[in-house]
This record gives sequence, C-alpha cells and structure tokens, in this order.
Amino acid sequence: MPRKPSQAELEQRNIVGIEAEVVTNVTSTDYPLNYPGEDHSWDIDQFRDNLRIKFHQNDPLEASFSLIGVDASIANAFRRIMIADIPTLAVETVFINNNTSVIQDEVLSHRLGLIPFRGGRDGLHKFLKWWKKPTDGSSTEGTHFDYNTVLLSLNVACTHNENADEDETDPTKLYNHAHVYAKDIVYEPIGRQTKYFSGEDAIAPVNPDILIAKLRPGQEIDLTMHMYKGVGSDHAKFSPVATASYRLLPTITLLQPILGNDAKKFAKCFPPGVIGLETVTRKEAAKKGSGYEGHEGELKAVVKDTMKDTVSRECLRHAEFKDTVKLGRRRDHFIFSIESTGQWDSDAIFLESIAHMKEKCRRLEVQVVNMVR
Amino acid sequence: MSREQYQIPTGNSQPSYGSAAGATAFERRDFGVDNSNTTMYYTCGDCAVRVPLEKGAPIRCQKCGARVLYKERTKRMVQFEAR
Repeated sequence: MPRKPSQAELEQRNIVGIEAEVVTNVTSTDYPLNYPGEDHSWDIDQFRDNLRIKFHQNDPLEASFSLIGVDASIANAFRRIMIADIPTLAVETVFINNNTSVIQDEVLSHRLGLIPFRGGRDGLHKFLKWWKKPTDGSSTEGTHFDYNTVLLSLNVACTHNENADEDETDPTKLYNHAHVYAKDIVYEPIGRQTKYFSGEDAIAPVNPDILIAKLRPGQEIDLTMHMYKGVGSDHAKFSPVATASYRLLPTITLLQPILGNDAKKFAKCFPPGVIGLETVTRKEAAKKGSGYEGHEGELKAVVKDTMKDTVSRECLRHAEFKDTVKLGRRRDHFIFSIESTGQWDSDAIFLESIAHMKEKCRRLEVQVVNMVR
Repeated sequence: MSREQYQIPTGNSQPSYGSAAGATAFERRDFGVDNSNTTMYYTCGDCAVRVPLEKGAPIRCQKCGARVLYKERTKRMVQFEAR
C-alpha cells in the first residue's frame, strides 16, 4: 500500500523557501523512489488534471501567462525553444554598391541585419522555405528562388534642401534624406511573392522609425539585401522574441497577525497592491487564539496579490517582521512573459514552441525505439 | 593574365540566379559599373563638389580652383554578411 503524503506536506514540498540570505528547497523531489513508499511515477491523467494555463495579458507584441503544473525542465524547454528554435526572416546578405556615409560597410550591414521585419503570416510561415548556404564554399549561383529569398533594396542620397531657411540649423530640414530610416527600405517582390506579400501583407520593417545611418550632402547609400529564414541559435537577429522569460509565483505567508502601524509599514515593504490593509472584524476579534483578540477595528495586513511581488525581501530586514512572515515561490507555477519582435504574434510564438517540442519528442521517440531494438 | 592583375570593372562580374521548374528565379541584376564614358569623377577637397576630369586635364576643381581632388569610392559591389 503506497504511502499518501498529506496535502500540507505536498504543499510544503512545492514551495521554494526564500530567507534573508539563503534560498532553500530548490530542487524538485516529485520523482519515483525519492520518498520511500510513495508513488511518484508520471501519469498522463494526473498531469492533465493538474496542468493549467491562464493568460494575464495577450497583445500582439507582448503576452504574459501562467503555466501551472509542469516541471521547471519543461518550462525552460519552452523558453529556450522560443528564443532559439522558432524561425524568422531576417536580412542575411548585403550587397553594397555604394556607401559613402561615415558608417562603415560592415557596421551598416550588421545594423541592417538586426532590423525586425513583418509580412503576411501565411507567406512567412508556410510559403517561405529555408535557404541553405552551400557548405563546400561553392558559388550560391542558382540557389535563390522566390520561395527562399526575399529581396530588399535601400537607395538614398543626401542633397541640400533648396527651400530651407537661410539660418536653419536642423540637419533634417537643411538637407533631404539627412537621416536614413528603416522605412526607406524598399521590398521588391519576386514571382509568387506578389501573391503572399502585397498590400497590408508586404514585407516591411516592424518599426519604420529605426535610424540606420545619418548622411550629409554628397553622401549616398545604395545597396540590395537578401533575407532568409533562420533560427535564433544561429544568430540573435533570427530570434522571434525580444525576450521570453519566466519567473516563479511568489508566496507570502503570514505566521502571526500584523496589526496597526506595523501593518502599514509591512505593506510599504512590498510593491503597491501586494499587501492590503483591512480592519479586524468583530467576529475575528471574538475568536480565541486567532491573535486578533481585543483588536477590533484596528488595521491588519492581508496578502492581496503575490503576482505583483518582486521578492525584494525588504520585509526580512525589519526585526519585527522577520519571524512573522514566510516568503517563498511556488515551484510549479511559471509566469511567462513573451515580447515579440513583430514577425509573430506573441501568443503564437508559445503555441509554435509547443509544436516544436512535440516534433523534437517525436524524433527522440524514433531514436529510443531504434536503441531498444 | 595573372589573377592578381587589375581588371577593369565590367558589367559582367555579378552574381546570377538560377531557375527551376515551378519557381521563379531571380532576375539578373546589374551590380557592375557604367563604363560608357571615360570621364572620371573626383571629389573636391575644398568644396566637396563632384569634378569631372578628362584624361590629361589639369587637376583642378572647376568651381573653386582647389588642387586637391579625391578619388571616389569604387562602384564595384561588395558583399557582406549581416552579422
């Protein structure tokens, strides 16, 4: 007969303790043979019952959600896949015909590579395929097609603005094209690309006001660019996220009531909204052993929203709170934050990371079967 | 002719794109230079104006008369990786 741990014990195992100088109970222990007599074998039904996903914010460029009931290894796998494995389109090769600006060719190329672009989702994710650079160093001749290469051009020359005031000092008014912005990049559709990338769906920089270079009269930049699909593990410019990160849900447990001015001070130890102040009701004051006896009408501190807590541990610096509060983090509650660069919707990045994970598992399964055979 | 020897840039030194069934290949793009006339352009060291110079002409800016002229950047295409 397997031993059944109590609910309180399970709860305790699930909390990472945060003390003034140490973080305790950091490793998860819910795996087989760790607790004598307890059955911790993985079970799909139990996993399905415990798994929850709750969205807090879902905007095209930023999403935040809670992933509850998975191990840190799984949550971390999703994070890493989102950063390094989801393909996006970015400038990879720059053909510079002329560049007389003060910014060097290499630096200019690097800057162009880092500009995030958007375009029709259907074309970007389904129509466009990989372009493989020949590994043997042979010519790339005959490898560029409408389904693997996107052609862009940037052609600007700075001239004097004849209509400018004589005592004008602002270079942007004094000259034409003194500043080269991402919006000056022109997309040149080829073949079937016109079907996927036209009108609203045209390939264009997500942020049109990215400053690429500054020019003065007589200087010009004339170049064409090739964009390919790539992944973040190859170069950060291919990463679909500005950042994808998670943190564990903080927990705040009050061991003894905190009343009056102490409660106000306690609330100030946390970001606004984490700790609320309520008055002690008659019912609570009447209850023996609650710690509220004879304090009816006084303020008491209550934990309102631990999601907003930054876990600064400020409260542990004060002697009066040191032993009245217990800080921690919930081990299986991951608060994800995904910032998209604009080529994908931020929630689609997470969904795609799940698809990638499935695919990886499928490939591993084949290998494991081969190994056993 | 040795490989290191200077070669006058022509319009033919360009990357070309192949074709395959069902896919539209890239057009040939002219990354070369315009070599239709022999006039060379220089930049005046004083007033930064573009000065056309014929072969054998005195080295002098037609606008301000300065005698320091700079060569323009080559019009040859250079390829970089955006990394």
